[in-house]
Amino acid sequence: MMESCNCFEPHWSADELLMKYQYISDFFIALAYFSIPLELIYFVKKSSVFPYRWVLVQFGAFIVLCGATHLINLWTFSMHTRTVEVVMTIAKVLTAVVSCATALMLVHIIPDLLSVKTRELFLKNKAAELDREMGLIRTQEETGRHVRMLTHEIRSTLDRHTILKTTLVELGRTLALEECALWMPTRTGLELQLSYTLHQQNPVGYTVPIHLPVINQVFGINRAVKISPNSPVARIRPVAGKYIPGEVVAVRVPLLHLSNFQINDWPELSTKRYALMVLMLPSDSARQWHVHELELVEVVADQVAVALSHAAILEESMRARDLLMEQNVALDLARREAETAIRARNDFLAVMNHEMRTPMHAIIALSSLLQETELTPEQRLMVETIMKSSNLLATLINDVLDLSRLEDGSLQLDDGTFNLHALFREVVNLIKPVASVKKLLLALNLAPDLPEYAVGDEKRLMQVILNIIGNAVKFSKDGSISVTAFVAKAEYLRDVKAPEFFPVPSDTHFYMRVQVKDSGSGISPQDLPKLFTTFAQNQAKSASRNSGGSGLGLAICKRFVNLMDGHIWVESKGLGKGCIATFIVKLGIPEQLKETKFLVMPKIPSSHVRSHFSGLKVLVMDENSVSRAVTKGLLLHLGCDVATVCSSSECLQAVSQEHRVVFMDVYVPGIDGYEMAVQIHKKFAKPHERPLIVALTGHADKVTKENYTGAGMDGVILKPISLEKMRMALSELLEHGLIFEAI
Amino acid sequence: MDAVHLKRQLITFTEQLFREGFLDEQFNQLQQLQDENNPNFVVEVVSLFFQDTERLLDELSKALDQANLDFKKVDGHVHQLKGSSSSIGAQRVQRTCIIFRNYCNEKNVQACLKCLQVVKHEFALLKSKMETLFNLEQQILAAGGPPSI
Repeated sequence: MMESCNCFEPHWSADELLMKYQYISDFFIALAYFSIPLELIYFVKKSSVFPYRWVLVQFGAFIVLCGATHLINLWTFSMHTRTVEVVMTIAKVLTAVVSCATALMLVHIIPDLLSVKTRELFLKNKAAELDREMGLIRTQEETGRHVRMLTHEIRSTLDRHTILKTTLVELGRTLALEECALWMPTRTGLELQLSYTLHQQNPVGYTVPIHLPVINQVFGINRAVKISPNSPVARIRPVAGKYIPGEVVAVRVPLLHLSNFQINDWPELSTKRYALMVLMLPSDSARQWHVHELELVEVVADQVAVALSHAAILEESMRARDLLMEQNVALDLARREAETAIRARNDFLAVMNHEMRTPMHAIIALSSLLQETELTPEQRLMVETIMKSSNLLATLINDVLDLSRLEDGSLQLDDGTFNLHALFREVVNLIKPVASVKKLLLALNLAPDLPEYAVGDEKRLMQVILNIIGNAVKFSKDGSISVTAFVAKAEYLRDVKAPEFFPVPSDTHFYMRVQVKDSGSGISPQDLPKLFTTFAQNQAKSASRNSGGSGLGLAICKRFVNLMDGHIWVESKGLGKGCIATFIVKLGIPEQLKETKFLVMPKIPSSHVRSHFSGLKVLVMDENSVSRAVTKGLLLHLGCDVATVCSSSECLQAVSQEHRVVFMDVYVPGIDGYEMAVQIHKKFAKPHERPLIVALTGHADKVTKENYTGAGMDGVILKPISLEKMRMALSELLEHGLIFEAI
Repeated sequence: MDAVHLKRQLITFTEQLFREGFLDEQFNQLQQLQDENNPNFVVEVVSLFFQDTERLLDELSKALDQANLDFKKVDGHVHQLKGSSSSIGAQRVQRTCIIFRNYCNEKNVQACLKCLQVVKHEFALLKSKMETLFNLEQQILAAGGPPSI
């Protein structure tokens, strides 16, 4: 035997075949076991995510040790030392430890690893689902895009036909339809008429009764409804036999009231009217209506309704605008015509004014002159008639012209300060002769608080008063006429007859109320309103026809009174019971009266000139005997009591308080005349005792006139002196105390 | 001759006087002043005029004959004449007087003398015409027709 080495012997000999196989297997196992971790490390390094690195380490250790074990096993097949055995034992122990640890750890890990797989599956499902949903959303978005595009197309026009046509075209395109049709309700509302189709240019008027069940069904819901391709509304194209028609959908399109379809005799009470839109998928395509397509159709139908109503409103407003424009043009034309007419009338009136007045003046002037001459009684009568008629005519002409100016509104009042009391007295004086002829009593009553002076249009106020009193006289056969004038107080200003008239007196104005009461023929109640209308004559008064009058008087009075911010009315208890004419006018209160009020007084119209100055004591001084005789004759003719002197000294001696006027013939505007005037002024210290001094001269230009008035003369009369001239001069002299102009 | 014929004659004659400028508007005024209170007014005034004018013409002749002419005095007379003639409407006389006055202002003796002659002539003419007129009126009155025109 061998020495006793501390060796171990394998159990079996190394030459056994089995041993050889074990030896090889162990070698390969070790190899594998060493390469596995290497592979692991390599692939793990490659992958970025591996959560279990420590597991790997553990496993690596496990594998390595296992490999080491098997490797070391190789040495144990032959005789091996104790060291090898020890190493082998250590290796095995370690391996055992690590393996158990690994086994224990794996219990944890494997379920985790398994669950990863399930998660993966789950995520895959989720992804698939999301994909599906994406697809849905995309289709929806596309539908929306189509709708927007369609809407845009539809709304880009306001023409009804274009809207409908475009709708059908775009729908057809978007949905790839075979046919698309629109049925409109007819006028009677009992049928639907095929109005528009996609492929037929001019649809022949198919009509379909509106009360078919399928139509009712469609009208009943606001959604798109699938209908049978065989229903009458869907059978638009001639059925050509072979093919299977595609699916058909119908939807209602609401129509608004203001539409143009003018269904006036809609038999039913429902106010909603619908049109029907029918859409057909292509035949033989096996296509189906998808939900989103139906939604598209519904939306489009609504949009069409809105667009149609807009179009209808627009058409209405266009029509209204055209109408207004036409009316405007017509109005403009009418206005221009009216203006032309007014201008023509004004031109005519202006010309006629002058043309008519000139001959009238001539007639009146010459007739009055004629009256002054010697005439036989018949001639006098004739001339008087001529005078009266021409005066009437002149008044008529003036009235008409005034009235037309009044109606125009172009008449303006001539305001001025005047003597109110004197005005009334004048009017009464004018009327008194006529009244006394008719044996009518005329009474004037002016209230004590009525101001003496007022601001207003004197001439026109006089016209009004004259007219009213004149009417009172005209229409009274007997009795009395009373005229009262007073300041209208606030309480009396409101009158039952004029409820809308609220005059308010102020510091600068007052309201005067004048009432003319007569006991004449009165006016019947039905005639009262016509009184103030132009040209309306009271037919019942045949007497009035003779007395003339144009029927304009009261109308003009009313207009004047209105211009004076006043009101006029007439009351009468009936025929034969007299009447009361009342008017209120607004007059101004004049500011403090100045000294120059004399100068403001207007000239007296010639009819007011005194024609006889009986008993007026005058003195005439003239060196020339002939002209002295003539002047004396003139004054005698006028009724004066004339004394004559032929020199200035005689004049100074003869002149006395009794003489009202001294007529002085002055040779030249020299010292003589002035001296005389000065002397006379000296003689009579008090102004009211002094007689008025008037110079008669053949030279009177402005300068000398001022010289005369400066010297204290009250007037100048230019020779040669006619009767009229003297008469007027004397009148003015006595009325105003001076002669205003050197006439 | 009856009143109507006379009347017509008078009217014609008067018209002629007016036309020829012997009389003017003022004369009409004079006629207007004649009324019941003053029935002979026209005749009286015209007579007065004749007297006055004759006197004035004498004065004028005298004044213009003098060696040292006092134009102021001459002017005064002519002015008087002018006044009278214009008072009764003796137009031609009046106009002549105006011219006369102008020459007086110019102190043109020769022209003044000439004017005097013209005035005298005109006056004579007028006087005779007026006398005819008054005669006619008298005849009418005598024939019983209405007085004057």
